[in-house]
Amino acid sequence: MFLALRALAFQRSRFLLVGLVIGLLALLTVMLSGLSSGLVNDGVSGLKNLPVTAMAFSAGTKTDNAFSQSVVDEKQRAAWAGQPQVADAQLLGVSIVNTRKADATPVDLTLFGVAPDSFLAPKVDGRPALTEPGDVVLSATARKTGVRVGDVLTLDRVGTTLRVVGFTAQQDTFGHVDVGYLPLRTWQYIASGRSAAGAPTAAAIAADALDTASVVALRSAAGSTLAASGIDVAAGDQAADTTTRSLQATFASSPGYTAETTTISMITAFLYVIAALVIGAFFTVWTVQRQHELAVLRAVGAPTGFLLRDGLTQAAVLLVTFTAVGAGIGLGLGALIPDGVPFALEAAPVAGAAVLMITLGLVGAGLAVLRIARIDPLTALGGQR
Amino acid sequence: MTTSTVPTPAAGAADTSRTGLVMSGVSLELGDGDRIVRALDSVDLVVRPGELVAVVGPSGAGKSSLLAVAGALTSPTSGTATVHGHDLASLSARRRARFRLEEIGFVFQSGNLVPALTVADQLRLVHHLRGRRDAFDVTRALEQVGMAHKADRRPHELSGGERQRVGIARALATHPSLLLVDEPTSALDRARSQDVVALLRERTERASVATVMVTHDHDVLHHCHRVLTMEDGRLLAA
Ligand SMILES: Nc1ncnc2c1ncn2[C@@H]1O[C@H](COP(=O)(O)OP(=O)(O)OP(=O)(O)O)[C@@H](O)[C@H]1O
Ligand SMILES: [Mg+2]
Repeated sequence: MFLALRALAFQRSRFLLVGLVIGLLALLTVMLSGLSSGLVNDGVSGLKNLPVTAMAFSAGTKTDNAFSQSVVDEKQRAAWAGQPQVADAQLLGVSIVNTRKADATPVDLTLFGVAPDSFLAPKVDGRPALTEPGDVVLSATARKTGVRVGDVLTLDRVGTTLRVVGFTAQQDTFGHVDVGYLPLRTWQYIASGRSAAGAPTAAAIAADALDTASVVALRSAAGSTLAASGIDVAAGDQAADTTTRSLQATFASSPGYTAETTTISMITAFLYVIAALVIGAFFTVWTVQRQHELAVLRAVGAPTGFLLRDGLTQAAVLLVTFTAVGAGIGLGLGALIPDGVPFALEAAPVAGAAVLMITLGLVGAGLAVLRIARIDPLTALGGQR
Repeated sequence: MTTSTVPTPAAGAADTSRTGLVMSGVSLELGDGDRIVRALDSVDLVVRPGELVAVVGPSGAGKSSLLAVAGALTSPTSGTATVHGHDLASLSARRRARFRLEEIGFVFQSGNLVPALTVADQLRLVHHLRGRRDAFDVTRALEQVGMAHKADRRPHELSGGERQRVGIARALATHPSLLLVDEPTSALDRARSQDVVALLRERTERASVATVMVTHDHDVLHHCHRVLTMEDGRLLAA
């Protein structure tokens, strides 16, 4: 520390310059983290928030758009419900629809058809909210589109209407579209393609509704993850003729999810590599410039460990200070981002990004500073050889 | 083996408890590929505490090599070099660094101070490197070289002669047994050169340190107790 901090103060303009670069990289990392969390929330928060361990798709369903391709029926549900460790198995219908408010404003929805008395059904103010066939409970984020409780949404083309009876407590979106929970039978009625204009009636539903849904949603007795739940996936899939994926694994079936997250992960990875390279390059040049000074110190008898620690301390002070500054500015700017943009600053990912940035920067600096150990103290003697 | 220092007697005559530098039959062969250069050839040299010895000689004669061996920066090919009774060849690289810190002071061409540090911190650094946490009288050490009034300056704010004075203070801050000085006046004008070498003589005697000074500057030799000449790796009395 003796040398490190004094050298930082003495060469402050030079260190400020590299600090600026570190700060900018940290800022970008925070913004990307926000964008990444935002996109994940927009893409799959509706799935994430379901109290579900795993989803059983019809056998052989591919990952892409699995929800729109999979069709399961009551027999398959019953087969799964009979499996050991499965506490609950319920049909879940998933489909994306275009609707309009009374004033013709479009409201796109992902309809989740759930049995109103099941564990999947949304609660509003602690009470089951879906009572009438035409009831729909929307994601909290749908409020931003101007929808209010009591509004009637009309499905494009078919003209079937749904009445908004409440909102969930949090963001529930799927494929960047707000989720609307409605009774499974109503979902099956709409999915049949024969639904009539106006509010759905029990009689019409009884006449025309399908008896299939998209997937069987499974809840385990113990353990939140599929691996820890003790559910025998192979046996269940065999009995029910399904392909089962953990809730996490179903995220990839949300439209665009995989492409978005890989793109952002790649950009983020590049940023980290750039951070390590920039710091590494800076400290390489800095060490080379100090070569003579370091040779003198080694000749005088400074232990190599002292000089290495000193170099690393400089890097650590720079990285921690300017990552904090950059991240702070990033958090400030994040707060200014308008509502419509998928952007969410969450403590854990932002802190993780900052720590990773500092760690990789230290690795870069460490590799550069290692050359101190190779400096020959003999070169301190006059008449440079 | 420990490398603890014996506290320096305040001032005065040569201290008999310290043997200074003793080199006997030291040869150093340097080679790149198949060409081997005998940089030092059977060198015998004794420098007692309180004695200032000058080494002169043509370029390539082996003067820097002599300092490198005496300063525990290079091990001789044959022969022995001892400082304050310790055989340098018997020390590991790590212990040699520690030994340099404790027992050997270096004064380089043009001072070679650390650019970021003030004059006072240059001295505190070596004290710090030794792991000493006890108080260190920087002011007194600087007074001894006439630099106390510039304790807060940095090297770029000093003249060449002032830098050498600080370099001398830094080298002596650890109370070494041996002081090695490499062309201390090459960057100085005549008057400054006289001042610096006179100071070296004065500090050598007062701190009773054995001092070896390599120089090309024949005008400063009258300050030295002895002058030796190097030629082709051999050491001859002048
Ligand atoms: N690393 C090395 N490898 C091979 N030969 C070397 C090496 N260093 C020095 N020499 C040779 O050893 C001999 C002595 O060199 P040294 O540097 O000790 O001379 P010097 O008296 O200090 O010269 P100068 O007055 O120019 O500083 C020279 O012939 C030199 O070329
Ligand atoms: Mg030389």
